[in-house]
Amino acid sequence: MSPRTQRGVLPGFGLSTGLTLSYLSLVVLVPLSTIAARASGLGLAQGWRVISSPRAVAAFGLSFGASLAAAAVNVVFGVLVAWVLARYRFPGRAFLDAIVDLPFALPTAVSGIALTAVFARTGWLGRWLEPLGVNVAYTRLGVTLALTFIGLPFVIRTVQPVIEDLETDMEEAAAVLGATRWQVFVHVLLPSIVPAALTGFALAFARGLGEYGSVVFISGNMPLRTEIAPLLIMTKLEQFDYAGAAAIALVLLAASFAVLVAINRLQAFARARGGLA
Amino acid sequence: MHARAGGSREGAARQPATFALAATGSFAFAFAGDPVNVAVNANDPTNENVSANVFRGPATAARALPAATDDPPLVRAVLVGAAVVFLATLVLVPVAVVVVEALRGGVGLWLKALVDPDALAAIRLTLTVAAIAVPLNTAFGVVAAWSITRFRYRGKVLLVSLIDLPFGVSPVISGMVTVLLFGAQGWLGPWLAAHGLRIVFATPGLVLATVFVTFPFVARELIPFMQAQGQEEEEAAYVLGATGWQILTRVTLPNVRWSLFYGVILCNARAMGEFGAVSVVSGHIRGATNTVPLQVEILYNEYAFQAAFALASLLLVLALVTMVTKQLLHWRLRRTATLESLP
Repeated sequence: MSPRTQRGVLPGFGLSTGLTLSYLSLVVLVPLSTIAARASGLGLAQGWRVISSPRAVAAFGLSFGASLAAAAVNVVFGVLVAWVLARYRFPGRAFLDAIVDLPFALPTAVSGIALTAVFARTGWLGRWLEPLGVNVAYTRLGVTLALTFIGLPFVIRTVQPVIEDLETDMEEAAAVLGATRWQVFVHVLLPSIVPAALTGFALAFARGLGEYGSVVFISGNMPLRTEIAPLLIMTKLEQFDYAGAAAIALVLLAASFAVLVAINRLQAFARARGGLA
Repeated sequence: MHARAGGSREGAARQPATFALAATGSFAFAFAGDPVNVAVNANDPTNENVSANVFRGPATAARALPAATDDPPLVRAVLVGAAVVFLATLVLVPVAVVVVEALRGGVGLWLKALVDPDALAAIRLTLTVAAIAVPLNTAFGVVAAWSITRFRYRGKVLLVSLIDLPFGVSPVISGMVTVLLFGAQGWLGPWLAAHGLRIVFATPGLVLATVFVTFPFVARELIPFMQAQGQEEEEAAYVLGATGWQILTRVTLPNVRWSLFYGVILCNARAMGEFGAVSVVSGHIRGATNTVPLQVEILYNEYAFQAAFALASLLLVLALVTMVTKQLLHWRLRRTATLESLP
């Protein structure tokens, strides 16, 4: 066989693959590598000083903490909403199903000002929360809320198809054998849902780490208190501290990459288990 | 189970798509997720029907006898209520606020905010940036999908996950790479300054940042779709003597047009709505380097709330139109997939 037929019979292999690789390198790979190059210009000691400064540590702490909290909220409510959308038929279900995608579709700046307007002290919901002593806007709670909004579709959209595809025979068998509905949920349904829920959790967490637009309006951006890591990068860039910005960015990139690898392993694990079943 | 058998038969074709999905920490995840499923089902309509029946089963059975898979009415009511409250608080109320605040002074004031010279300049700039970035990434998507789905070579899985890379990167970092390359202190900054060229704090920088952010959209729609569709028709055209260009324009593109359109509208929505990445490179020069989302930010920070929300309502309309189009295309893709695979 000639090399050409091994690759395929259609024309254009060289042209299309060459163009793909060139454009990919030009637009994505070379630009991204400048971050590592810039950060390495600092050297290890200086680089560590940048990322371990109190302001950076506070920003990382907030970004990681709020993303984790938001992803956790989304796991609980995401599984709940996915269950409701997949299993129940009620008026308005299609509408509810449609608006789940809005946080993806809405430009982040719009989400940011809208959430701030709703949860500010004088806002539609903020005015009811303030007498209860709950301040959302310009606090860490506000950051978590914005990240919950932005991560909302992930868990729902990973769990929903899994629930829709669940075979009901196991549930029926468990019920016939005398299990209560709650026991069926915990012992029969939950094990099938957990891998998808974890994937959704990880996706929402990764998204939260890098999120900028929806957070900056509601957070108030006080250094050491409500400043997220992406905003710290922005501040450093505005001060022309490119190397410092690159060092912070490198930490964020490494964290998102680790999460993505974890998601991959998780899905491989879920697939392997699905194959056994 | 029939669905399982169908799944494993499609296993080989499905691999890269699943990987792409897995490798992405992406906000386009659900957007992109749907057509992947459609594409996988394309050759096997029964697959979809079986799973549809499986989850419709309990509801129909419930009318005769309370099924074991049914929850008590009280539990149902509480769960539905909780879901409605959660989605209403986080999604519906903020959307309603945008509309109400935008129209606070009446339709006249709303219109006035939109025809303000700075707002018009922002709208024009947003359209310009999208008009450059979207065609570039569309062309790339077609070329990349052709290479990846029509030929066998090593490293394809890696290539697919590299294409998805921009989805996993913070928008701020996406904009930052443009500054690191072309900014005043960037690698090419001095050379650009010496030649009087301006990229950062000017339209080219906005375009570059937008191209980076929207890079994967079209490719990741087309790759799983073209993979599932197979290449028999293209091979037939080739045997009949068609050139590569003829195959592309007369066979491939007509076949993938809806999937391509789907990718393009998602790419366009992101290009017009992007905030973080363009915020880094814009420099916020009013009337010159402000896109619509950036203009919204400036107005909001100046407490010009009504004007900010008026412009934001334009972006909301863009989001809603995109969502509706997406849903229509989704149905259309599903229907053609089912029709074409009928005997």
